[in-house]
Amino acid sequence: MSAQAQFSSAAAPFVELTDVGFAYDDRKVLSDITLAIPRGQVVAIMGQSGCGKTTLLRLIGGQLRAAHGRVRVGGQDLAQLDAAGLYALRRRIGMLFQFGALFTDLSVFDNVAFPLREHTDLTEMMIRDLVLMKLHAVGLRGVHERMPCELSGGMARRVALARATALDPQLILYDEPFTGLDPISLAVIGALVRRLNEALGATSIIVTHDVQETLKIVDRVIFVAGGRIVAQGTPEEIRTSAAPFVHQFVWGEIDGPVPFHYPAPSVRDFFLPRQHA
Amino acid sequence: MPERLVPPAKVSPIDTALLRPFRRLGAHVTRALCRLGFAARFLLATLGHIGTALRRLPLTVREIYFTGVLSLVIIAVSGLFVGMVLGLQGYDTLQRFGSTSALGTLVALSLVRELGPVVAALLFASRAGSAITAEIGLMKATEQLSAMEMMAVDPVARVVAPRFFAGVISMPLLAALFSALGVLGGYLVGVRLLGVDDGLFWSQMQAAVNFREDIANGVIKSFVFGVLVSWIAVFEGYDAEPTAEGVSGATTRTVVTSSLAILGADFVLTAFMFRG
Repeated sequence: MSAQAQFSSAAAPFVELTDVGFAYDDRKVLSDITLAIPRGQVVAIMGQSGCGKTTLLRLIGGQLRAAHGRVRVGGQDLAQLDAAGLYALRRRIGMLFQFGALFTDLSVFDNVAFPLREHTDLTEMMIRDLVLMKLHAVGLRGVHERMPCELSGGMARRVALARATALDPQLILYDEPFTGLDPISLAVIGALVRRLNEALGATSIIVTHDVQETLKIVDRVIFVAGGRIVAQGTPEEIRTSAAPFVHQFVWGEIDGPVPFHYPAPSVRDFFLPRQHA
Repeated sequence: MPERLVPPAKVSPIDTALLRPFRRLGAHVTRALCRLGFAARFLLATLGHIGTALRRLPLTVREIYFTGVLSLVIIAVSGLFVGMVLGLQGYDTLQRFGSTSALGTLVALSLVRELGPVVAALLFASRAGSAITAEIGLMKATEQLSAMEMMAVDPVARVVAPRFFAGVISMPLLAALFSALGVLGGYLVGVRLLGVDDGLFWSQMQAAVNFREDIANGVIKSFVFGVLVSWIAVFEGYDAEPTAEGVSGATTRTVVTSSLAILGADFVLTAFMFRG
């Protein structure tokens, strides 16, 4: 059985992409993406910057529409959903953006309360309790009165995580959650990703290129290169993989299938054009 | 993306050189029309959220504070000075004909018909329009609008509509305030400083200024300018490239496009309203 078939049959998939392709105008970004992410798992999508992994996340969140193929989330085909249907689905999805994307004109408390106030009829008293519980879960109950500009990068991301999980989502999407964090904040975010996924019984998808932190917390890793899935497996399989691209990526080797030099005319043609002519 | 201006292979180089300017012009016009179409659809989408803006009044009131109340100082001070200058200039001209008693009429008509709506709108575009564009553009650049969409909240309803309607509501009020303080400025200079008769100043003004013809038309003008400036400001912010350069360019475009739109619309409206 192929790795992908094993992956698909592990449990009923919450996110399923079949033969998905996407292009910005006529620049192809993704092609032939087929994957299934079972409920309850934490899955990382890894690859170099610009390989199309964030685009993949945006296709799953319905921010972009696939040029062809089918994207199913929670059993619903995104192409069949109108704006209202998509918004209804998104109430079951939480997303953590790269730098948190907190609303700068609202306090930490009001940021976390935002989805609750928009989508529920809860009393202010109940919202207060819920918000403080969510902030407590990320260890930041003590900063609920501060403004986002008064937080460090790691704290802002933890608040954003509390906001993303305010409505107890079934799917949590993480766009580069580890970028620019110190080792302590990085470990905190990593632990929270795992803990929240288990506490909420959710499914999590992390787009990242931080190998070591990610391999500690995920169930599966999917590698994307050149807009295609090139490898996938458990963290252990990935660590021991002999596939040249995976090996180069995991161990951070300078040269390999991804060359050190960006393609250019030969040194001779470049520096000595006249002599060469 | 590179521009697709490359001609088919069979066209000769001379044809290519001749046609290139026309192709460029065509590309510019097409792009401008596309953007105008997008802006029109965006306006319709925003107007569709008038119910939300009214239902969630605190959001709109908060924006009225930011766009309207915080513009009060610049509008009030400018109105006062424009009125004082009108008083000086008007007195100087009118005394040549021995009709300084008409100073009140001159100041009031100039302000309620033209200067009030136009100058207040120009100041509003620079003060509040640019701030709206920069705020929405930065929200886009820092993914706050995307975050809102991912939380199943429509940014047009939550961010754009309250700012748009706040601008539309604030503009006529600011223009009225500008005119009122302008009249006061004219009074201070004309009556208090230069000695025009107090009673003549006010009575001539009262007799000459018609409510429907002058004041109502001035209010209609400022309402139209309010729609134009607010529309341009929210659209430029929403359509801005999500980069520092993109937001700064959008902010500049808001001020330039709004100013031109105000002056152009003023001519058209004046032609319809006061053609004699």
